[in-house]
Amino acid sequence: MNDQNKSGSFWKRNTPGILVAVGLLAVYLILHFWIQGFEIGGNKYQLNKYYTLNIYLMGMNIILAVSLNLVCGITGQLALGHAGFMAVGAYTSAVCTMKLGLPFAVGLLAGGLVAAVMGIIIGLPTLRLKGDYLAIATLGMGEIIRVILINIDYVGGASGLSPIPKLTNWTWIFFITVGTVLFVKNFINSTYGRACISVREDEIAAETMGINSTRYKTMAFCFGAFFAGVAGGLYAHNFFIIQPNLFNFFKSFEYLVMVVLGGLGSLTGSVLAASGLTVVNLALQNVPDLRMVVYSLVLITVMLFRPGGLMGTKELTFSIFKLNKKRGGDRGTSGN
Amino acid sequence: MALLEIKNVGISFGGLRAVDKCNIVLEKGELIGLIGPNGAGKTTVFNMLTGVYLPTEGDIIFEGKSIVGLKPYNITERGIARTFQNIRLFKDLTVLDNVKIPYHMHAKHGVISSVLRLPAFFKGEQEITEKALECLEVFGLSDKKDELSRNLPYGQQRRLEIARALAAKPRLLLLDEPAAGMNPQETHDLMELIYWIRDKFDLTILLIEHDMSLVMGVCERIYVLDYGKIIAEGTPDEIKTNPKVIEAYLGKEVHV
Repeated sequence: MNDQNKSGSFWKRNTPGILVAVGLLAVYLILHFWIQGFEIGGNKYQLNKYYTLNIYLMGMNIILAVSLNLVCGITGQLALGHAGFMAVGAYTSAVCTMKLGLPFAVGLLAGGLVAAVMGIIIGLPTLRLKGDYLAIATLGMGEIIRVILINIDYVGGASGLSPIPKLTNWTWIFFITVGTVLFVKNFINSTYGRACISVREDEIAAETMGINSTRYKTMAFCFGAFFAGVAGGLYAHNFFIIQPNLFNFFKSFEYLVMVVLGGLGSLTGSVLAASGLTVVNLALQNVPDLRMVVYSLVLITVMLFRPGGLMGTKELTFSIFKLNKKRGGDRGTSGN
Repeated sequence: MALLEIKNVGISFGGLRAVDKCNIVLEKGELIGLIGPNGAGKTTVFNMLTGVYLPTEGDIIFEGKSIVGLKPYNITERGIARTFQNIRLFKDLTVLDNVKIPYHMHAKHGVISSVLRLPAFFKGEQEITEKALECLEVFGLSDKKDELSRNLPYGQQRRLEIARALAAKPRLLLLDEPAAGMNPQETHDLMELIYWIRDKFDLTILLIEHDMSLVMGVCERIYVLDYGKIIAEGTPDEIKTNPKVIEAYLGKEVHV
């Protein structure tokens, strides 16, 4: 294996990675100019605001689904409080930019970090619970965050926080989404990711093999909360106003649906499901009466025919294009 | 100094006294058997040794230090590894990944270098992969390295579990019914494997077994557990003729 790696040029070895990078860059540039608007022969082309918004939403959904997958799919802890961490990130970053006048990047980072700290504080006591008990405890924690926000007058209470400057743009969304997917991919394909997976597979066996299960559960929870917080920051700076009730239980559930639909433990599955469901939602806006009916039917159909989710626990890799025949080689990850 | 000393250890689950005043001493390099009828408390002893259960009384001294109250992963770090009665492999992971997991304890690269793919990550992962491959080679599982462990035949799953336990670099290995479900030929191979790993890895081995041919064949000393109490201790020949042991297994003779 080692010899194989050393032979061949740098380009040949990294073909899948380079293809993905080039593809992503192309997507970024095309959408960048399309959203900004460009002129060819006197005709102005610009993506309308509504589609632009949905592309932003797709990015945020991918961040949230992938980060939740790290907790639910990879580490196997059924946590339902993801919207709570999103709320913490949204409010923290909004306060940073609005009230403290800090730059957007600092706001996003602060949102992520505060959410991550909340993740540790909530994770340490609740992650001792298993399965459905953990689900209920984290559900409760998410609701507590929401209720606390309603009662803080500094951030506007139930009527919400506004006006939040509109700072989220395509560049921020794109690079943070790609960064999140890359982070989680690198994490799970390392010895730390294997430690998390071993906890999912068999906690007792993992512990007797020297894996500190509480540590890795909390680590996954903390990273998941961080990215949810960052996505919350992007969300807040896109919509002018945020209210505590936006981040209720149904919001958490929406992301869980994406993760399960894509396949617990499959990153590319989460990315596909998050993008796909955003598109389905978009397509159904024109038929408001049937929207939830068709949405539910899509979910039921997928679950009937692919009970393990779209991708199961597998990843979409370049091996299907016969570029990388070696098993267990580099895993290419498709972007958004 | 003994490698492992179990001193007056006892555990109760509510009113049930599962293990009572258990005393076991293991010298370095010994191969000891722990036998007893079903429900005697053998696996409970293992669970106390590995930190899964906390003994209600008594002390367990490993290499001169008490290990009571330590978490299972701390005990593994100290040098005790085990296998399970009902195989507990990471079923959806490949054979290679199963063996890689115990090496995590000794990983030198951190989370940040893993996520950023710094040179330390490649070096660390390569080291882990090489060691894991070496370990599989020793157990003749190299050609199966990319298979999911759930797809291995039963005997190889047992082998893989032993390989995984040895990857944790223990000085004391606990084997919980390694021959369960094996045919005589497989049991014979296992016997040789146990001798061989003890010499190669310089191990002390404590094994629970129901297969008497295996226990009598490989063990230098045997402890017999019945209703949570050690009722006999000695060489295989002594145990075979011990009236208390015969009584525990077969019942008392009745004179009418």
